Amino acid sequence: MTYIAKPKFHHPGLKKNELGYTHRDYEGKISTLCAGCGHDSITASIIEACYELSIEPHRVAKISGIGCSSKTPDYFLGNSHGFNSVHGRMPSVLTGANLANRDLIYLGVSGDGDSASIGFGQFAHSIRRGVNMTYIVENNGVYGLTKGQFSATADRGSKSKKGVTNTDNAIDLVAIALQLGATFVARSFSGDKTQLVPLIAAAIRHKGASFIDVISPCIAFNNHAGSTKSFDYVREHNDAVNRLDVLVGRDPIAVDYAPGTVQMVEQHDGSKIALRKIDADYDPHDRLGAQTFLARHAAKGQIVTGLLYVDPDAEDMHAHLNTVETPLNTLEADTLCPGSAALDKFNASLR
Amino acid sequence: MKPTDIAAPDYFHKVVDCQWACPAHTPVPEYIRLIAQGRYSDAYMINWKSNVFPGILGRTCDRPCEPACRRGRVEETPVAICRLKRVAADFKDDITHRLPKPSAKNGKRVAFVGGGPASLTVARDLAPLGYHCTVFDGDPEAGGMMRTQIPKFRLPNSVIDEETGYILDLGVEFKGGHRIESMKALLAEKYDAIFVGSGAPRGRELDIPGRKEAAAHVHIGIDWLSSVSFGHTDKIGKRVVVLGGGNTAMDCCRTARRLGGEDVKVVVRSGFEEMKASPWEKEDAIHEDIPILNFLVPVSFIHDNGKLTGITFQKVKAEYDAKGRRNLVPSGEPDQTIECDDVLVAVGQENAFPWIEQDCGIEFDKWHMPKVDPKTFVSTNPKVFFGGDAAFGPKNIIWAVAQGHDAALSIHKLLSGEDITERPLPEVNVSSQKMGIHEWSYDNDISNDKRFKVPHRDKVIALKDIRTEVELGYDVKLALGEAERCLNCDVQTVFSTSLCIECDACVDICPMDCITFTENGEEADLRQRLKAPSLHPDQDLYVSRDLKTGRVMVKDEDVCLHCGLCAERCPTGAWDMQKYLIEMTQAGSSCPTRSRSAA
Repeated sequence: MTYIAKPKFHHPGLKKNELGYTHRDYEGKISTLCAGCGHDSITASIIEACYELSIEPHRVAKISGIGCSSKTPDYFLGNSHGFNSVHGRMPSVLTGANLANRDLIYLGVSGDGDSASIGFGQFAHSIRRGVNMTYIVENNGVYGLTKGQFSATADRGSKSKKGVTNTDNAIDLVAIALQLGATFVARSFSGDKTQLVPLIAAAIRHKGASFIDVISPCIAFNNHAGSTKSFDYVREHNDAVNRLDVLVGRDPIAVDYAPGTVQMVEQHDGSKIALRKIDADYDPHDRLGAQTFLARHAAKGQIVTGLLYVDPDAEDMHAHLNTVETPLNTLEADTLCPGSAALDKFNASLR
Repeated sequence: MKPTDIAAPDYFHKVVDCQWACPAHTPVPEYIRLIAQGRYSDAYMINWKSNVFPGILGRTCDRPCEPACRRGRVEETPVAICRLKRVAADFKDDITHRLPKPSAKNGKRVAFVGGGPASLTVARDLAPLGYHCTVFDGDPEAGGMMRTQIPKFRLPNSVIDEETGYILDLGVEFKGGHRIESMKALLAEKYDAIFVGSGAPRGRELDIPGRKEAAAHVHIGIDWLSSVSFGHTDKIGKRVVVLGGGNTAMDCCRTARRLGGEDVKVVVRSGFEEMKASPWEKEDAIHEDIPILNFLVPVSFIHDNGKLTGITFQKVKAEYDAKGRRNLVPSGEPDQTIECDDVLVAVGQENAFPWIEQDCGIEFDKWHMPKVDPKTFVSTNPKVFFGGDAAFGPKNIIWAVAQGHDAALSIHKLLSGEDITERPLPEVNVSSQKMGIHEWSYDNDISNDKRFKVPHRDKVIALKDIRTEVELGYDVKLALGEAERCLNCDVQTVFSTSLCIECDACVDICPMDCITFTENGEEADLRQRLKAPSLHPDQDLYVSRDLKTGRVMVKDEDVCLHCGLCAERCPTGAWDMQKYLIEMTQAGSSCPTRSRSAA
């Protein structure tokens, strides 16, 4: 933990985005996590993605549960809305907020304890409902706040810092999200911002349930030999299927890739994702294919990263429920209450 | 790029921009920290060792350190380094017991021509080593131009007396009122070495029509200032024109304001920006209601029966040729006449050595300057050394001090039978500042304050008495605020490749986006790929050895705040904050030839 506030001075040559903000304007308070925590890199990636997308901070709601990961919304977007909810209850708070005001950008920030243990059911239902959100799990495989017990995502056979072998099977949140119908599913690594930043940006632009599992080494309790979530292990076993650039309509970026290696994906809002294929056979539009690909590679001990599945024409919960375009929280009494004449008419129809 | 060799003494020295820019290489951040701690005497002694005249320089230095100060690249203004130096001098306790004691004489005799900053620096370095030092000066008291040319309202006599006194009290013999008229005669006195620190004593003439006829009211600036300083001149006409745009011109016009000049103007050939005077000296003159008129070239003095009545000027404008050189060409507008009662000519200074005979073994170049080695300061006569303005023409006090230290080292080596061309490396001391997981032995919390103004005496009072000091100096509170603005650039970010696990924590926390992890490449290419644009290519890149992923760590030293957050957020201690104290070797340093080692 650092006692001093991060100095206000910034590099005099920092670029500004369309809103005139530098990336420093998207910061929050200084992190109180352990030095070197992977979560801080995810924080930096969220800051970078929001800066690049020129998002107005007051248009974002960041919602989290309990845990190291759930502390991080305090460290980014200091001028956004935020709700630090009960352990594992981020998805239901987020769903409620989204129902009330569909106009905000929803960032759900959670961890492997918060989403794969106590909040597993909540996680499942928010994905299943297709809530329009970016659900980020900062996945380090241990309970850091309680000194490093295995979490539900720790791989069977991996070793704790004290040398104990994990005998329980692991939950693969990406596999579950695919199965539950998430329309944007990705996995990345906190130590690889060039992959992670565009993934977060694409997820924010996606209309529907976006889920990103970010492997984030716990420096204090899970960065040793025998861990499968350490910097060294993830770097050695990282099998990236693709890399991507996010292109936002107004500002077309000249994409200069060798033909056949790039796949353009246009999302609902007109933004484009340029997918640079690394694995030529991998098709990110094939949900079933993705599931088997993941299972096959997991069996080989490989960690598949990249944009694993996207449905560019996805619909969200509001479409399913056929709600009005106007956010419900701005509907006034005269709209919500049609008056006694209308009630009488309705009652009469039931008689 | 090759991995940076941080063991080379210059690498981290360059990061301490102020110290690198200072001719005497005074450890600036070190003494500023001591001021912040209220340890004024300690801060003074660091200065005294390095620049000999902290109280004098704290009022008059040309401050090459301040334009170099990193803070000036981070926000608008640099740290007021110079005025903090004065704080150390103002608030120190009696430090006489900390000065070297006059030591037993070693039998060697050194003569000094001129008692200004260069000579006194050499004498200070040599006297404690046992040399018998004899300083000759035409003026009755020591100090040279510091006493004669700098007005008392900028530099009171008490400060000069104190700091020249510290040197003379080391057993240095001062022969005031004894002008050396013949080098040959001096050589005949069989001194073991002679140091010439006679300055640039001749003010440049302005030979235009009417000069001779109006001579009674046309004065050479430095001679006039000197005459004022000794009390020989105590008034001047009501309307005064000062010709010239350097610091001497600023001293002339402000002095004239105090001796009866009511309508004082400075007239300069060049534009305002190109004037040689320091910006703050121009400001002070303007503050005292002295207009500065630019692009006017004096054509003739107008006089009426030997009485000056005014000066005629040709109007010019600046034109730049293909190479960017400036030429002043007539603008075509009609000439301008400015009426006045007195003129002060401050258009430059020259060296003059009429007292050095041709057969002394001292050769001169085509500009009539002695041939002096720029490192050892020896002339073509191996026993005769030059320093200060006498060696390379008019510069500032701090240059005279720096050259004096080098000349003293040469003289000491010569008289110890050593090769004077062998120059010892500076002494470097490196120590980690880590005291706990996130505790450092320096204040790493960056102050957001803007530069504090030095309080000035009320203008009405200041203009009444020529001996009333205008600047009051910082009080303790202001000094603390200003000291806190220092970024501690001498507390270096030191990177250990083998400890780094490439977690990016330093990249994420760095407030200035100084750090990039990327593939190695040539410098020009790397500068294109930094996290924040490289704005000053003269500022070094710190490049690590290859990391596990095959990348390297590149740090642009340019705007690093030395806040230590990279080291605080580093989980493995790959970054450490280490204080890099560099002291230049002076005559008699304990182990001057041992090469130094660094982290």
